[in-house]
Order: sequence, then C-alpha cells, then structure tokens
Amino acid sequence: MARSSAFIVSLRRIQALLIKEIAVLWNDRKTRILITVPPMIQLVIFAFTATMDIRNVHLAVYNKDHGNHGQELAQRLDGAPIFTRLIFTRNEANLRETMDSGKALCAVVIPQDFSRALHAGTTARVQIILDGRRSNTAQIVSGYLSEIIQTYYSNLSIAKHTSHAAVLKTAVPLVRHWYNVNLIYLWFTLPCLVGIITTMITMVVTALSVAREKEMGTFEQLLVSPLTPAEILTAKALPAFIIGMFEGSVLLAAAVFLFGAPMAGSLALLYASMFVFILSITGVGLFISSLSRTQQQAILGTFIFLAPAILLSGFATPVDNMPDWLQTATLANPIRHFLTIIRGVMLKDIGIADISANLAAMLLISVCTLTIGVWLFKRGLK
Amino acid sequence: MTAKSSPVFVRLAAVSKRFINNGATTTALNAVSITVRPGIVTGLVGPDGAGKTTLLRLIAGLLRPDSGDVAVLGWDMAANPVPAQADLGYMPQRFGLYEDLTVLENMNLYARLHGIPDTEKQDIFDRLLRFTDLERFQKRMAGNLSGGMKQKLGLACTLLRKPRILLLDEPGVGVDPVSRRELWRMVNELVNEHTAVIWSTAYLDEAERCDEVFLLNSGALLFTGKPADLSRRMRGRTFLLKGVPGDRRTVLSEALKQPAILDATMQGSAIRLVLRANETMPLFLQTGQLADCPDAAQMQAPKQAIRGTPDAGIGTDHAENLTHAALSSLPDAAAHASCAEKVRLVSVAPRFEDAFLDILGGAPHGESSLSRFFAPVAGGEHAYSVEARQLSKKYGSFYAAKDITFSVRRGEVFGLLGPNGAGKTTTFKMLCGLSKPSRGQARVSGLDLAAASSKARGRIGYMAQKFSLYGGISVLRNLHFFAQAYGLYGKKREEAVAHMLELFELAPFAAQAAETLPLGYRQRLSLACALMHSPDVLFLDEPTSGVDPVARREFWMHINALVQKGVTVLVTTHFMDEAEFCDRIAFIFHGQVAALGTPDELKNTVAGPDLPEPTMEDAFVALIKNADMQEETRHCAQTR
Amino acid sequence: MDMKINPRRLGALIRKEFYQMRRDISSILIAFVLPLILLFLFGYGLSLDVRNLRIGVVLEDRGEAGMDLMQSFAASRDFSVTLAHARQELEPLLARGAIRGFVVIPQNFSELLAQPASSGGPLPLIQIITDGSEANLAQFVDNYSQALISQWNQKRAAASASNAPGIQSEIRTWYNPDLESRFFLIPGSLAIIMSLIGTILTSLVVAREWERGTMEALMATPVGIVEIAAGKIIPYFVLGIASMFLCTAISMIVFALPLRGSLLMLLVISSFFLFAALGQGLFISTISKNQFLASQLAILTAFMPAVMLSGAIYDISNMPAPIRALTALIPAKYMVSSLKTLFLVGDVHSVIWPDMIVLAGFALFFFVLTALKTKKRLE
Repeated sequence: MARSSAFIVSLRRIQALLIKEIAVLWNDRKTRILITVPPMIQLVIFAFTATMDIRNVHLAVYNKDHGNHGQELAQRLDGAPIFTRLIFTRNEANLRETMDSGKALCAVVIPQDFSRALHAGTTARVQIILDGRRSNTAQIVSGYLSEIIQTYYSNLSIAKHTSHAAVLKTAVPLVRHWYNVNLIYLWFTLPCLVGIITTMITMVVTALSVAREKEMGTFEQLLVSPLTPAEILTAKALPAFIIGMFEGSVLLAAAVFLFGAPMAGSLALLYASMFVFILSITGVGLFISSLSRTQQQAILGTFIFLAPAILLSGFATPVDNMPDWLQTATLANPIRHFLTIIRGVMLKDIGIADISANLAAMLLISVCTLTIGVWLFKRGLK
Repeated sequence: MTAKSSPVFVRLAAVSKRFINNGATTTALNAVSITVRPGIVTGLVGPDGAGKTTLLRLIAGLLRPDSGDVAVLGWDMAANPVPAQADLGYMPQRFGLYEDLTVLENMNLYARLHGIPDTEKQDIFDRLLRFTDLERFQKRMAGNLSGGMKQKLGLACTLLRKPRILLLDEPGVGVDPVSRRELWRMVNELVNEHTAVIWSTAYLDEAERCDEVFLLNSGALLFTGKPADLSRRMRGRTFLLKGVPGDRRTVLSEALKQPAILDATMQGSAIRLVLRANETMPLFLQTGQLADCPDAAQMQAPKQAIRGTPDAGIGTDHAENLTHAALSSLPDAAAHASCAEKVRLVSVAPRFEDAFLDILGGAPHGESSLSRFFAPVAGGEHAYSVEARQLSKKYGSFYAAKDITFSVRRGEVFGLLGPNGAGKTTTFKMLCGLSKPSRGQARVSGLDLAAASSKARGRIGYMAQKFSLYGGISVLRNLHFFAQAYGLYGKKREEAVAHMLELFELAPFAAQAAETLPLGYRQRLSLACALMHSPDVLFLDEPTSGVDPVARREFWMHINALVQKGVTVLVTTHFMDEAEFCDRIAFIFHGQVAALGTPDELKNTVAGPDLPEPTMEDAFVALIKNADMQEETRHCAQTR
Repeated sequence: MDMKINPRRLGALIRKEFYQMRRDISSILIAFVLPLILLFLFGYGLSLDVRNLRIGVVLEDRGEAGMDLMQSFAASRDFSVTLAHARQELEPLLARGAIRGFVVIPQNFSELLAQPASSGGPLPLIQIITDGSEANLAQFVDNYSQALISQWNQKRAAASASNAPGIQSEIRTWYNPDLESRFFLIPGSLAIIMSLIGTILTSLVVAREWERGTMEALMATPVGIVEIAAGKIIPYFVLGIASMFLCTAISMIVFALPLRGSLLMLLVISSFFLFAALGQGLFISTISKNQFLASQLAILTAFMPAVMLSGAIYDISNMPAPIRALTALIPAKYMVSSLKTLFLVGDVHSVIWPDMIVLAGFALFFFVLTALKTKKRLE
C-alpha cells in the first residue's frame, strides 16, 4: 500500500515535470519554430534533391563522319527524350572545352569511317566519353546511349539483312523493379528523410533541454526539490520522445498524403519500430546532454554524432558499397536499422520476421544508450 | 572638490530612451538631464532596471537617444561617437574581459586598441599592475581570476589610455567588501581635474562615497546633488533602538505596523528606525515594552514627544539625552523603569538609503501576509535544524571547504558571510544537498540531504541567487509545477497556488511569462515557489542583490514572518544590512569558519579605540585581515 | 561609417583571436577534428562504387548457354551471387534485403538463343528483378547486370565464327578513368568543410562576443566597425585556408586524389568561397547575437545546403527545376563545381572564373548586408 502510494506520488511529480517541459518548449518561440518549420522545408526540398532520376542531360556530339550514318545517328540521339540539349562540336579542342567546362555530361564521338564501315558491313566504332566528375549519372546515361546506338544498328541491320541467316540471337535483358515499379526516387528518399529529420529534432530537443536548464540555473532548483534523478531523467526524456514520435508522424503523413509515397505495410509495425528507434535516439541525446555543460557544447556534441550517423545510414550512398569494416560499424547506427525498416514496411510490406534482426539491434542500442545515458546523467548530478 | 566652474564633460539634455521587446515598450530613461564634471566621482545610483546601464551606454555612444541630446567632451554622440570614444574608458558590467586570454594578453589587446605606443606601454603596464596588485597574476587566464581581481583587471584595461571620462557599470556587483574598498581607493586616486568618473551602483551605501549622485528609479531622475544633501533631509528622523528586550523580531514587525514609521530594520540586536516627516515616535518603541503596551495609541503621549523634524537639529549625544528625558517623563515611568533602563533610543546619522526610501514612500507597511498562511513549524525531535559537522570539500589537493562545523537552531536566521571564492557557496551547496561533501556531514532536520530521500528534500525551500524559475512559461504554470514537484496536487495544489497568488499579489500577472515580470515581482515569485510546501528550512543564496530597497524590505518582512513561525533560514549574502538581519553569522574564509557569532559579537571583536562603533563591513574587512595575518604567521611558523 | 583601418589595432584584434582559437576546444573541434571526420566519412563511408553487389541468379534453364551466363555472373567481381533453381527461393531474400535483386535465366533460354535471328519467334529474355525500395542499389543492379549481359552477348558473338558486324561502343571516362566515386565526393566534402569553418564557427565566435559582453567593451574603444569585422574575418580566413590545405594534403596522400589544376587556383577559389562563407557567418551572428540561434541558423542555411544542394553528393542537374533554381543561391554550389574541376580536370578557366565571380558577388552581398545591419551601436 505504502509502495503504491509512493509510486503515485512519483507519477504525479513526473506529470508536473512533463507539463512544465512541454510548456517550456512550446512557449519558446524559437524552439517552436525550430521544431516545426525547418523539418517540413527540409522534407520538401531534400526529397527532390537526393535523386538519381536522370534529368537535364546535355550531350556533346562530335561527328567526324561525312556519310549519312553519322548524321542519322546524331539525329537519333537528338530525338531521344533523355537529352535536353545536344551540343555539336566541330573539332577536338572544341570537344575538350565542352567536356572540361562541364557543359555536357557526356559526348559521343562518331569516327570518320563510321558510315564507311557500316556500308562495308564491318564493325563500326563509336566512342562514348563520360565526365568523371559526375561519373555516377554519366554511367547511367552511358547505358541509355549504348542502347540507342544498338537500336539504331538493329533497325538498320533488320532493314538491311532481314534474310541474313548467320546473325545470332542475343540475350535480351528485361528489368523489373519490384516494390517501386517505376523506380521513383522519391519513394526511396521520403522514408529515409522521415527517419533522418525525426532523428535530428529528437536529438536537438533532448540534448538541449538539460543544457539549457544547467545554463539557466533552474537545474539546481530541480535538484533540491523532492524530484529524484530518475524522475528528472524520465521527464527530460519523455518530451523529446513525444516530440520525436509526433514529428515522425507528421512527416510520415506528409510523405504519404502530400507526396503520394506508398504505405504498403503495417502501420502498427512501423510505429512499434519508430518507438524503439526514438528510444535509442533519446538515449544518445541524454548521453550528450549529460556530458555538456552549455548549450554550445550540446550543439557540437549533437553535430558530431549526427554527421557520421546520417552519412553512414544508407541514405546518401548504400551501406552495401562501404568497406566491410565500416559496414560492420554501421550495425551500431540506429538510423541505419530504422531506415531499412521504414523502407521495408512502406514499400515492401515486410513482416516482423524480416525486420526482427534490425529491431533487435535497435532494441540493444536503446538499452545501451539509455543505460549509459542514465548512468552519466546520475553521475553528473554528483 | 566640487568645482562648478570646471568644464562640463558630459551633458545630457532631456534624454529619453525606449526599448521595444516582444511588442511591449519599456521606457528605460525618461527625459533625463544631467551634467558631469571632472574632479569628482559621480554616482549613478538606483536599483536594477532603473536605467543606469542605458545611461552609461548613451554616454559611451553605444546607444542613440530617442530624443534629447548627449554631448561628451563637446561631441554630439548621436552624430559621431568615435572622436569622444578615444577619451572614454568604459567598463561594462562583466568587465569586458576575454576570459580565455591571460591578464597580460587582455592588457596588450586593449593597449593596442587604444593606440598606446609600445614604447610607453611597459611603463603604463608596470604602473597599472602595481596599482591593481595584479603583478603576480600576469600569466593567469582572466577567467580564472576571482571576482575582485577580474574587476581590477577590467579597471586596468579601461585606465590604459588615461581616459578623461571613466564609466564604470556596477563595478561592485558580486564583489566582496574588501575588494570594493580597494576599488574605491583606486578610483579616488584617479580622480583629478582632468578626469571625470561615473560610477553606477545598486548598492545605496556606495552612493554615500560619491561626491555627487544621480538617483534613478524606473527611468526617472529622482535626485541630483551631494549624497549628504539628500541624507540631510532625514536628519533627526533616524534612531537606533538598543537593548530591545524579548523577541526583537516581534518588535520589528510591530514597528512596521506603525504609520509613523517610515522604515525599520534589524541591526544586530538593535533595531534601526526611521520616522516619517513630522510624525511622532510611537511610545512603545521608546520603551521597547511591547508586551505591556501593545497598542501605542492607548498610551498617553509623552510630554516631550520625539518628532521626526529635520529642524530639530539635534546631534547624536543631544538626542540620547533627549530620549532619556522623554523616557523618564513617561506617566508611569516607574512601572517601566526596569526595562527602560536597558532600552535606549539613540539618534543616529541618516543614510542615503533612508532618503531614497523616503522618496519611494517608505518600507512596505503592515505585516507579512505569510503569517496568516503559514502554520507554525512543529517542534521536532531534533534540537538543531541544520548541522554541519566537519564538512569538507576537496578538489584535487585543494580544499574548497575544510572542517566546517556549526549548528543552526530552529527558527534561527543563520548567515554565511565571506569573500568570493572563500568557500561560502561550496558550503551552502553541501548543506542543501547540491554537492556531495568529500568528508563530514551536512544534516538538515536530522537528515543527510546528499544521501537523503526525496522526502527529506521536500522539507526544504531553496531560492537561488539568479532568478531560476522557468522564464518562458507563465507565473501560474511555474507555481503549479513547483507545487506538484513538492507533492501538492489536486485541491491542495490549487489552494496553495491561490494563496501564493493572493499573498504575493501575483494574481494580475498569473498568465504572464515569468521572465517579463518586473524584478521585484520575480523575486516574489521565486519566494512563493520556495514556500508553497511550507518548508521547515529555507535556503537563500544572495536573495536580494540588485533589488530596490522597498522590495528588499518587503522580502525581509516575509522572512521575518516565517522565522516567527519557526522556520529556519540559511542565507548567504554580500549585503551588510542583510547580514545584520541574521541571528548568527559564520564568517567563512579560506574554506574555514574564521569567526562565528551574532552580528554584535562579530562587530565587537573588531571594536577598538580607533573604531568604537564598527559597522558590519568594518568587521568583515577586519576579519579578513586577521585571518590573513594568522595564515601568514602559521605559514612563517611552518617554514621556520 | 568609419572606414579607417589602423594596422596596430587590427593586429591586436587578430592576435587576440588566435590566442582564443588556441584555447577554445570548440574552435579546434570545428576547424580540425570535424573536418577530418567528414573527410574520412566521404573518403571511406560514402561510395557510389559498386562492390560485391548481392544478387541472386535463378537458373531455370538446363542448357549450356544458360549455364555459361550464370557463370559469368558468378565470376564477376561486381556481384556476389546466391544461386537458386526457383525464384521462390529468392523472393524472401529480396524482401528481407539479403539480396538486392536477382536475375532469372528462364527455362527455354538456351533453346531460344540457339535459334537463328531470322527465324523470328520469341526473344531469349533474361529477367532482372531489383529491389525498388533501395533505389540506388536497384539502379546499380539494373546497370551492372545489363552491362554484363551485353558483354556476354559480345563475347558470344566474337566467339562464333560468323563475326557479325555491328556498332561497338567504346566507353571512356575522362578525368576519372577508374570511376572512383570518392574522387568526386572528396572535393565536394572540402566545400562542406569550409562552410563549416566559414559560417558555423564564425557565427559562433561572433555571437559569443555578444553573449559575454566583450563586444560592448570593444565598441566603447576607438576601434571601428570595419576593424572589428576584419579582425574576425582575417583569423578565420587563415584558419579556413589552413584546414583546407590540411584536408587537401590528406586527400592526396591517403585517398590518392589527383590535383590536376594549380595550387594557386585552388588557393584563389578557396579564398573567394571563404569570403562568401565568412560573410554569411558574420551576417548570421549580427542578426542572432546568441550562440544557440546562430548555430541553428548556420546549420540550416549553410551546412545542410552545402551537403544536400551543392552538388557535392547529388547531381544538381538531376533535380527538378525549382530546386535547381534554389541551388543557385547556395555559395557552396559554385565552390563544389570549381573544386571538382580543379582536382580532376585542371585549371579550366571557363568553369572557375564564372564561379569565382559569383562567389565574389556573394561575399560582397553579405558584407554589405552586414555593414548595413551593424552599426557601432548596441541596438
């Protein structure tokens, strides 16, 4: 009986702290703006930024061939919808200048003997030059280019050699993108951004709330009150947690309803994962705030955690491309696990069995960060 | 000293300045006109928020007036402040020092900024370092200096160029009396016919040291002239009631109920009284016989009434005679003879603060509304409310506090006094459980707070030096939060909050963000938050710095009421009149209790033929000197 | 405004700033530790180079050609292949993310392939399934397996005596022949690092002077506002350039990044960018005057755009038109373009000069704006 009433007293104190925390956050105009405006702007802008959808490709063509085929191939390239602009270069220097200055992403060089070779029925050569500064986009474009050139030839050869018996059939690849049939990048970036922006806000709120009280001197006021460290900690973690969940929900809703991202899987599963995820982020936030005495230190600490955690989350570039040791290291990154889960649930409708490993990892991370966070927090009180 | 013929260095004509903050306009200065001349120390006096800093910034050319003219050395500061700035030395509130630069690096920086040639630099540095006694600390980071040393370094940096006008913004804040005295000595040395000094302060006792003062309150100029001229108005109205029998706190609160009394404060075992103009001293205050004659109105007026008339022109001795005469001519003097012999009402010299209070309308009257709300603290099982036993705190090999031992009785006001960095705050923090002692024990109501359950902490109240409530949220939410944090909820919480809103007249501000409250109200809110749960022990860390005297009186009136209910109060302070309010004081120096006793006892230890009536500040300074001397002899003994 | 600069006063301010830098952990953290972290993240962590792409191959075909194609996949260094005989085996792996896609060689593949081209009839199709939820990787699986199949076709054609004519596309990648993605990611990261020092650090240290009240003390001395600004710009300019060259040296030594342009041009363009970034930092601190707000503003308006919108990681040309228009307002964009060119191509004046002019414009814009906002007053 006595124990349960002590528990209720404790709950009441936490409730008081909680109301105060939320009022403090919400009454501060700066904080209010900080947790509402930038996340939405970032979602909108960055969703379209992180894309490998190929657009606006400028192609340089250097046609050395005076025959009809060179001219026709150039026209064919011009007609391809992927190239928004074709730059015809007249000489080697001109081509180099066009590539060097980055005016064109890639160039097609049609050699002098191109028409002659085609007429003669021998192998004709075409040179494709890619800009190594943007080699990633250029490589994708080079695939299109090869395809256009091959189509040009097969149309030509089919017209010419319909009776040619000796030609072999070739294997024809047929690509299907599952879960995202048209490979819309937005569908990939939106879930990632939901995770990342939520992380940033949760971190900033947790890390700053303690540092601000330390700077303002109100922290001592809390310490001399009957509030126990556990209660203070809970009340510090909870608002950040609630704001994180709220932010995540708003961004998720925006992704689905505003941008039309699919929500194929179970919302309950997603929320369960988000719960664990934000718990782990809150732990990291507490960890940083226990170590920092001023808001500036808290900001720097947050930054030092966030920069690697976001860059190594699989958002900017795939985790699969990293060296093995770094891939192993990313297992400790909660963002990586959450991004896998949120993409999986939203696009693939995967079940709990398929994400259990990620979920377990996040749970483990939460337990660790929260334990260390609590330990450091309590130690900091001494 | 005052030379009306000397040129005017600074002239402000009908200067007004407003600030707009979150849509609300505050008037920092309202049509203020002053002239400052060289050769004297000009005081800019007033509580926080009076407009002192704004005025100094206007003179320094850092702000532009909304209306009116600011002329410094003949230059119009609104148009172009640069030429005058070459002759200005301005020390802002936090001294303008780079904390991560050394003493010498700071001086080098400012020397170059002021264009002092390298050839002259060394001489000036030598002179100033000697002057400020910072020679030994040249390589120390400014951030690691004590408050007093920072202030001296700040002064040295502003003096590099030999400015013609020296502007000092509250140089005395957070600095102990010894350092303050030294600073005054230095500034007095500087003043000559070529230099004007403007010294801003919230300490009214500092005003008395100025040659001329401008008294500011809420942006309005209340008085211009010699401080003595202002004090003189109060002549014949200030008394000291010595040898008060019984509980002096009760006498004090009764005195404050009298309409004739402008102000009453504790001064050790005595009570200092200020009469309103042309009022008669209530009789019971002449006899000190509270219990026998609770209502002064029923008493017959003495034949020779003591009236607060400046014209009386009575000196101290004369007044004493007069008082005796008055006492002996009481109708039933015989009945009171036994106590009247002990009780003496002595006329004393008026203070600047008395005059300021007079202008502001006097100390708050009546009794603290807290006495109605507060139930007496039940007599507990412990003889002492607060106990320190060999309390020590060690950082590395350095003891911030060592073997501090004292006990505080229930219902006692106990003060911790001492220079900055001497261990006062460390001790205070260990006592209220904010810091864990390395050794020894701190017990509050018999419980060790550092180790204690939250229940024990629920029995103390704490009010920090800085306003440390949640500024961004409303007054009501702050009260709700602290009520609930201290275990009040539901109906009890609502009741306590409603009481506090009423008692401290906070109701009109309930919905307002706490940080937008005027300073005095913030003070009230802090106290309200610390009191809602009816604590047994109240911890106050420099509770009234910067607050105007009326608000300070009010604050101590509340504390007085609490103490009468049996609440124990532990207070750290720099204000000497706050120290006087204490029943006992522990003087902490070099991390140890250097002296312990009642204010009178402490004062008496330093009394001597050359100092018959030492003030608390005298005692403070002397105690430090003694402690230093002892330290030295011990040191010598050891080395020998 | 007082435009006079007194060299001794300025010198004193600069010296003060260096003393502070040396003692302030956050300066060292932002100027040297964070850059190194970022550099290593960009050098090792971020990569668009496919290695061991995990795919599955379903060999339903019993013929020789099917087997050969499967072996080509298995032997490729780009792929790490899980073999299966039925697609049902691989589907759960794809769902779980254990593989990023799979290739299906259908039952009658060899048979169809053996038929002469002239015979018409169904084409010998190879199905490539990717995991569209991992858009980057889906793209890679698509590209790389298509390329492998096309090579396999060519090899087969060459092997058969028929020696059919055709058009052979010969692909060259200029400036980065080995297609190392870090070669274009690292120059981009240098721009990010410099925005970090130029904008975040500068806005923090200026805001700190306001917060600690030292700005007030400075302003009451004969120091002019231009001197105060220059006293901040010059030290952090030097710090930024020092950090830049440290990072350049590390990039060249550790990551074998070539520097094909001249060091002089690198210095010049970096200077222009730093001026723009410092101008932005000064402006931010002038309007915010407290460290918390300044740092948030700097992160939101300088750091995040430098990462996301400058072209350091994502190609600007691929972004939709409104966002492309937005990138024009990001100074880092011009820096990234010039840095990539300087490191990988050389001193291409047609790239660097326009960038430089725009950056100079930004610098001027921010300085003028700051000058207009700042008076030597506290209000």
